[in-house]
Amino acid sequence: MHKKDLGLAVLIIIVGTVVYLRNPLFLSPINLGNTANLIGLFGLFAIGQGFVIMTGGIDLSVGSMIALLGVLFVDMVGKFGVPWPVAILAVLVIGTLLGLAHGLLITKLKMQPFVVTLCGLLIYRGAARGYTGEATAGFPFGTRYPALEWLTIGRTFGVPHSFYAMIVIGIICWFLLHRSVFGRHLQAVGKNEDAARYSGIRTGFVITTAYVICAVLTAVAAVYFAMFTRSVQPSSHGNFYELYAIAAAVLGGFSLRGGEGSIIGVVLGAVLLQELQNLVNLLGIPSSLNFAVMGTVILAGVLADQQFNRYRAKRRAAMALGILNRQASPPPQADSYPSGHHN
Amino acid sequence: MMTKEDPKRPLLVLENISKAYTGVVALCNVSITVMAGEVLALIGENGAGKSTLMKILGGVVQPSSGHIIIDDVRCDGFSVTESQSAGIAFVHQELNVFDNLDVAANMFLGREIRKGFLRLLDVKAMRAAAEPLLRRVGATFEADTPVAALSLAERQLLEIAKALSIKARIIIMDEPTSSLTLSETKTLMSVVASLKAEGIAVIYISHRLSEIEECADRVFALRDGKAAGELCRSEIHHDAMIRMMIGRDLHSLYSPPSRPAGRSILSLRSVRTRARPRALVDFDIHDGEILGMAGLVGAGRTELAEAIFGIDAIVEGQITLAGKPFRAASPHDAIQAGVYLVPEDRKRTGLVLEAAICENICLADLAAVSRNGLVSQSAVKARAEDQRIKLGIRTTDVMRRTAELSGGNQQKVVLGKWLSMRPALVIFDEPTRGIDVASKAEIYRLMRALTNAGVGVLMISSDMEEVIGVSDRIVVLREGEIAGSLSRPEFSEHNVLKLAVGAN
Repeated sequence: MHKKDLGLAVLIIIVGTVVYLRNPLFLSPINLGNTANLIGLFGLFAIGQGFVIMTGGIDLSVGSMIALLGVLFVDMVGKFGVPWPVAILAVLVIGTLLGLAHGLLITKLKMQPFVVTLCGLLIYRGAARGYTGEATAGFPFGTRYPALEWLTIGRTFGVPHSFYAMIVIGIICWFLLHRSVFGRHLQAVGKNEDAARYSGIRTGFVITTAYVICAVLTAVAAVYFAMFTRSVQPSSHGNFYELYAIAAAVLGGFSLRGGEGSIIGVVLGAVLLQELQNLVNLLGIPSSLNFAVMGTVILAGVLADQQFNRYRAKRRAAMALGILNRQASPPPQADSYPSGHHN
Repeated sequence: MMTKEDPKRPLLVLENISKAYTGVVALCNVSITVMAGEVLALIGENGAGKSTLMKILGGVVQPSSGHIIIDDVRCDGFSVTESQSAGIAFVHQELNVFDNLDVAANMFLGREIRKGFLRLLDVKAMRAAAEPLLRRVGATFEADTPVAALSLAERQLLEIAKALSIKARIIIMDEPTSSLTLSETKTLMSVVASLKAEGIAVIYISHRLSEIEECADRVFALRDGKAAGELCRSEIHHDAMIRMMIGRDLHSLYSPPSRPAGRSILSLRSVRTRARPRALVDFDIHDGEILGMAGLVGAGRTELAEAIFGIDAIVEGQITLAGKPFRAASPHDAIQAGVYLVPEDRKRTGLVLEAAICENICLADLAAVSRNGLVSQSAVKARAEDQRIKLGIRTTDVMRRTAELSGGNQQKVVLGKWLSMRPALVIFDEPTRGIDVASKAEIYRLMRALTNAGVGVLMISSDMEEVIGVSDRIVVLREGEIAGSLSRPEFSEHNVLKLAVGAN
């Protein structure tokens, strides 16, 4: 665990303690269960966003994709009677294709990620609203899908399955990002795409894969969201979710310039965001201030982190100079070098 | 130094200036005195600390320790404003002119003369004020000429006139002649002489030692961030300056080949690259030799190297590597075949600076340090540690960020990346640019070790002494084509240049 992640964890605990002291309901099983569910839902696609941000890119289409895929999933299962495993598979395949389209537009046609995914945001939202004719997509009244419901909104030991899903996917992604060859390549591409290419890394493949991972995790999240809300209102479902994902990643130590960040960080970022939402509710702060609270905390957090890093860099420079001044007395280094100098 | 009879007085004194960046020390206890009306030449290799020193003088960078004394007043915290009010002006290598404006507008940019109630620009007054300054520097263009119409040399005169317009007392010229023709250089020399006569101090930074012999009153040399010595007017000679810059005679850096050149490792036959589709390239790199590739900037040397390495495309022609056809569509392909490139721009394309040293060393061959797609951190460290010892990379820990290393050690990390793999041919593009002398010697030694081990070595270099000293054979590129090849007895600066320019 990095120092950064540790700091975030401490912040989560401090905020939690304060909220608990003001309102003990915070630690009630009901509240914890609900919050865990939301953390799971938002954490799933925030992890995906992390992969894209690692490349120095961004995916703004997440929220709209959740709406579009949600509408499709609900309609497939509820309206057309497609068996739900097939429907999930279909949604995952569509997600893969959308991610592939983003990736190829960015790497092959050299378009900017912001532009590509901004257009995605508009197109998928429009497609969802057009397809449904602005009508809310829902399951027929009273129908039940026990296995699917158990998988998505069921609980084990009081913990919602969405949370377990995020943990499992988080662990897989942790290995993928921090321990695999692909992860190393991804980090290198994010930090310096040119140097990565000159080192023989297939940068186009690596970047495209990151967008595919993001879209697939978003598709998984879309299924969980659809089952959680039971109905999908195409014009509002998933609105601004991409910003939650980006905020979670930034809070978790990702740099929008790419190359920096950890899975633990982005998960903790998602936890903190939901904790703040919860804080607004529990402390009786008007919910209209919700976004303002979140924005303030993110700004303060990132600022504090940056100042801390600057302080550390300064101290390191001062130390290097101190060492050099102490070494300054013996003859210059270049002359003590063994090769040559028989003149 | 200064005696009481000396009419000159120190305009500027730098006292024990040091500057450390994160982990890298760029300057260490440098002291310089600048007198009124003298031309002080500042010499040193790339990376010796000249640019850091100039940034400190310009107030852009703050020294970590030391003082700047101007007119006997000690300044703490020397900012851009203070630098300007002290009368320090820069004539930069890359000229800071705006070619969408005219000469007078450029000269008064940021301190425009205004008039009237609305404080609008007083174009007439500015042009009138600019004219006498332009005459003083011997410019033949007018104040209302658009800068887009000026040649590089004329733009430089404009910069000098601009320095005069802010009543500069110290003018710093950074490689002022690097893009000038001979006659333009002569004009500049006479401008420098007239500035000197007016009592203005000129700090003249140049790699062209003959110019320095011509115009400098004093030479100050920097080496690896430290003062390497001073020469007064009578001592300024080519050899003395080189010795100060590199700390020894040049010849001690090079070692001869251990055996005569053998079979061809890489051969190019009638090759055309996408970068220069009109130029035909034919040459061979032989076993056991360091092939130097010389040429003017823009002759297409880097483009050719990148085409061989798969960055850029080869349009037609045959390339064989150790007798087998070879054509890389991407760096990935080239690396698979054992063809490696040590690129010209270490920071942009050679290294992931923000990553750890060990990450960089293993970056091109992660498969070798991983099992089932998972990277073994201990294998990464072991491999990097091995290279650290073999190459003498000076660091306490291979887990440190590569950015913290000095230029020479960074270059060794790039080499470590390739030497830890199985090279068949290594292309070095400007391998010693901006690095210290000790590291240079080591890199030359490594190149020689590679050729002794049967690896092909192609060295692209713009440093004439390096090309002549290190290579066993030289090919010269001109406008994308091989202008000729020189064997050791034919080596001379004159012969290389003759081929590079294509004149007699």
